[in-house]
Amino acid sequence: MDIKKIIEEKGKKPENAIQILKEVQKINNYKYLSSPQIKIIADELGLSESKIVSLLSFYTLITEKYRGKYVIQICTNVSCYVNGSNNIVKEFEKELGIKMGETTSDGLFTLEYTSCIGCCNIAPAIRIGNKKFGELTPQKIQAIISKCRENL
Amino acid sequence: MNKMIELIIDDEKIIIEEGKTILEAARKANIYIPSLCYHPSQTIKANCRLCLIEIEGYSKLVTSCSTKAEPNMVVRTNSDSVKKARKITLELLLSNHDFNCSICSREDNCELKKVVDKEGINDSRFLSFFTKKPIDNTNPSIIRDINKCIKCGRCIEVCKNVQGLNILEEMSRSHKMMVGIPRGKYLSDILCTFCGQCSSVCPVAAITEKDDINKVWLAINNPVKHVIVQVAPAVRVSIGEMFGLEAGHNVTGKIVTSLRRLGFNNVYDTNFAADLTIVEESYELFKRVKEGGVLPMITSCSPGWINYIEQYHPELLEHVSSCKSPQQMFGAIAKTYYSEQLKRKPENIFVVSIMPCTAKKYEASREEMKSDGVNPDIDAVLTTREFAKMIKQSQIDFLNLEDGNFDDPFGFSTGAGTIFGNTGGVMEAALRTFYEMATGKALANIDFKDVRGLKGFKEAVIDLGDKKVKVAVVHSLLNAKKIINMLKENRADYAFIEVMCCEGGCIGGGGQPYNNQVDVKQKRIDALYHLDEAKEIRKSHQNPFIEKLYKEFLIEPHSDIAKKLLHTTYNDRKNKPEV
Amino acid sequence: MEENIILTKHINKINPMAIDDYIKVNGYEALKKVLKDDPLNIIKEIKESALRGRGGAAFNTGIKMESVYNEKETDKYVICNADEGEPGNFKDRYLMENNPHQLIEGIIIAGYAVGSTKAHIYIRGEYDKSKNILMHALKEAKERGFLGSNIIGSNFNYEIEIFSGMGSYVCGEETALIESIEGKVGRPRIKPPFPTVKGLFDKPTLLNNVETLSNIPYIVLNGGSKYASIGTESSKGTMLISLSGNVKRSGVFEVPFGTSIKYIIGVLGETTFEKIKMIQLGGPSGPIIPLEMVDLKIDIDAMRKSNLSIGSGAIIVIDNHFNMFEILRKNIRFFEHESCGKCTPCREGIRQIRYILSLFVNNLANQSDLAMLEELTHYISETSFCGLGQAATNSVASTLKYFRSEYEMRIKK
Repeated sequence: MDIKKIIEEKGKKPENAIQILKEVQKINNYKYLSSPQIKIIADELGLSESKIVSLLSFYTLITEKYRGKYVIQICTNVSCYVNGSNNIVKEFEKELGIKMGETTSDGLFTLEYTSCIGCCNIAPAIRIGNKKFGELTPQKIQAIISKCRENL
Repeated sequence: MNKMIELIIDDEKIIIEEGKTILEAARKANIYIPSLCYHPSQTIKANCRLCLIEIEGYSKLVTSCSTKAEPNMVVRTNSDSVKKARKITLELLLSNHDFNCSICSREDNCELKKVVDKEGINDSRFLSFFTKKPIDNTNPSIIRDINKCIKCGRCIEVCKNVQGLNILEEMSRSHKMMVGIPRGKYLSDILCTFCGQCSSVCPVAAITEKDDINKVWLAINNPVKHVIVQVAPAVRVSIGEMFGLEAGHNVTGKIVTSLRRLGFNNVYDTNFAADLTIVEESYELFKRVKEGGVLPMITSCSPGWINYIEQYHPELLEHVSSCKSPQQMFGAIAKTYYSEQLKRKPENIFVVSIMPCTAKKYEASREEMKSDGVNPDIDAVLTTREFAKMIKQSQIDFLNLEDGNFDDPFGFSTGAGTIFGNTGGVMEAALRTFYEMATGKALANIDFKDVRGLKGFKEAVIDLGDKKVKVAVVHSLLNAKKIINMLKENRADYAFIEVMCCEGGCIGGGGQPYNNQVDVKQKRIDALYHLDEAKEIRKSHQNPFIEKLYKEFLIEPHSDIAKKLLHTTYNDRKNKPEV
Repeated sequence: MEENIILTKHINKINPMAIDDYIKVNGYEALKKVLKDDPLNIIKEIKESALRGRGGAAFNTGIKMESVYNEKETDKYVICNADEGEPGNFKDRYLMENNPHQLIEGIIIAGYAVGSTKAHIYIRGEYDKSKNILMHALKEAKERGFLGSNIIGSNFNYEIEIFSGMGSYVCGEETALIESIEGKVGRPRIKPPFPTVKGLFDKPTLLNNVETLSNIPYIVLNGGSKYASIGTESSKGTMLISLSGNVKRSGVFEVPFGTSIKYIIGVLGETTFEKIKMIQLGGPSGPIIPLEMVDLKIDIDAMRKSNLSIGSGAIIVIDNHFNMFEILRKNIRFFEHESCGKCTPCREGIRQIRYILSLFVNNLANQSDLAMLEELTHYISETSFCGLGQAATNSVASTLKYFRSEYEMRIKK
């Protein structure tokens, strides 16, 4: 779907900028907004590029930073921490061969910290796309990664 | 008259209008409360947290900028807890600030340094998180040094609310939050107009004009160069503020003397060039009206405005007058006619202009502004602030200087040239000449009061006998946008529109002294009208030296040579190359 | 206890995706009742219930509704704050995912009472499932005529729109949330004016949390005084507790005010106490108390008197093999990351706190660091622009009080 169509659908008003950015980010194979896309959205909404970039730099779920197809968000807040989230981080880093904040060279995975995802009752928990996984142990990580790969 | 209320600040009884804040009440009574994000012409931001005070009966300290004064309030501005909080706030700001004060361009007028000094702070007890970030200095007008930024948000507000551009924004969040533009870009890569309003409200040296003082010193000290200078109208009624005078003091004579002292060979007046602009521009309007050219015609003397229309609405450029600005007309004449008269090569004449403006620096650097196609017509532009700095560097006792007079032939100007410095002034000056061109009759009442004043959008109807023409005057880019929208919707039934980029016109320019507020602007404007009234000749086309210039060199308005030297072309600059 | 269950009564008994299940348990009866009634009577009932906001600030809901009602503007908004972002809290998610119509009914009634015609639900971007369930529920409600034009034959029209948050904790602050719906960066506004006077698009706005609004159908059907008969003197009704951390049984539990923390952890959480070292109340913005204080009862005003608060109902239990400073640093890092960066104390001060805590983690702190920590903790909570900064150092302040010896033990001699 093209950007202008999304803008029409959401309503061509500056106050819809955030929701438009979210939708446009979704259509990308990689979960970020490119500079030309930012420019189109800015022009269409009559906002400055700076304004759009300020939104992208403030909200963590929309970004102009290159991210992989699967953004793995790991919660390490207290409830997850006291249930072993550090080991989950280590396991993901080991399995994917990247550090937190990085993206695998094949562009498939990005590792990120996330703010609490409201899964404290099934801590430690992670979020990939719109799916959540809880009660994790390091042993369960490999299966999650394989599942993502299979979905290609 | 609003209801008055009484409150007590530091044991002093203070009477103030209802609805005012505690900070305003304290300032009125000369009670010191430090502040940084507060600016009298802006909205209340309350983000620096420096103006905290204690109110009896309140459980917490409050910011005086955002708290209304209430009857019988008892306020303390220097209690122990206030002092402690104030100290921490400043130390925290310093823990993330490049405080190399002695080599900072704002050393003598930095608002942060002032409050830090007053609180007697020598160092921050906190760990410094300061890391040096790159400086944006790739454009000819403005330097952005975020290492100095204290995140007060004044620049963002003026860019958004006054100019309607929103070039500067708060980027990122938490301690990474900074005032910025899209990552990896410079101001020159995006649609900044270089109006410099951000620099005129910045409390520190985070945004400043590009410093061209050294360039001027080098020329002055170069024996090969004949260095001349022109002074814009707005400068003479504002620079006094930088030496402690009240706003609106006309110090033309002292400016001239100080420039001679600094070593300029000849000192000229931009007002003269403004008279020349009026003759060319009125003739252009006359022709467009008579021959059915593109109307409305819009003024072209404000370079911030030109940057705006070239970058945002290039499809409307045919409305813009082809006349160069007075600064550039002066440069073109200096590097041709004057050079011939002087029998000096143009490249050995160094032309400096003293301008209230940062965009003028960009204008001078444009490719179109080279009469010989190689050398710039204007070699250096100094803002009012830079000029004052130069005077201070040279230890000149500005206030006690004798008055001097501009040199001839470019030192003589009419009242019309003078009011170029304020909103409505170009319009009024042009009408004085245009009326006589169009009707062939002498204009009796030359004061066009409808176009005067600080109202953002002004209109007037001019009776030419056989027909009436409508004109409009706007200032600030936010108001310019209104006119643009009217043009796009075919609702602008005007013959002539004056647009000035900055609020109040050039007297409120981005290169002006730091206290650029509404009341100050009004005083500067009043001073220019006083100068106009005091002039014997108040119509540009009656300036005898202009008449002489046409006779000896330019022949007549819009002659081939006039077109070559005094007119220019514009470009569609909407799409900047991707970086 | 069963008679004291209000919000969770039907959970697990009804299918959240089936509006008929909700209707069978008296769903939308409260709405039918109010549409024939004077809005002022609804506000009167809510005032009588003494319901207080469950988002953390605990403001009287009826009084808030009355202020919005009294505003003369024709356009008014209701906003449901579903931006449950404080770590350790997941009760709003629980309500939205298990009984969405209860919330929707509450919103429509609140809207009718204050004279609004449109509501927004501001839901965290991370709550994908809750959003989908709500969207489905809104569709069903519209199909059945509980939303849209001429609701159940009356001349009342109402719309509810969902707005997805995009990952910013500070947007849970009411004015930041409003900025966010307006398409801006979520930085808080100066108060006053309060949202009840100038809120969304500068119109009077009633802004309440999911749990608060979910209580409204019960109050309307059973009467304010019935609701007010539950709880304590200062805190009426029930509260949802999100219990997590080192507990055997974590989850959301509905308890009447006055219930002790001991009961929640021990009985509801089926956890023994011998290994517990710290209990964090409310989430990172709340205090950390030692096990000795476990008899503390959940009561808004009584807790306030001791400088304590339960926030929006989280209880996080932490075992004794965790380093307190590590936990504190986690709390502080959270605020460091979520600070909007607007005001100096929060932007610059919080990371200084984090630095000093690191010194304690690594046994490198000295006496002056402790003094500075204390001064800064007080300073940030006293001078920050909004609630985020004001609450950011609560956990540090409480440990300075209750776990003082831990600090002193780690100071370099």
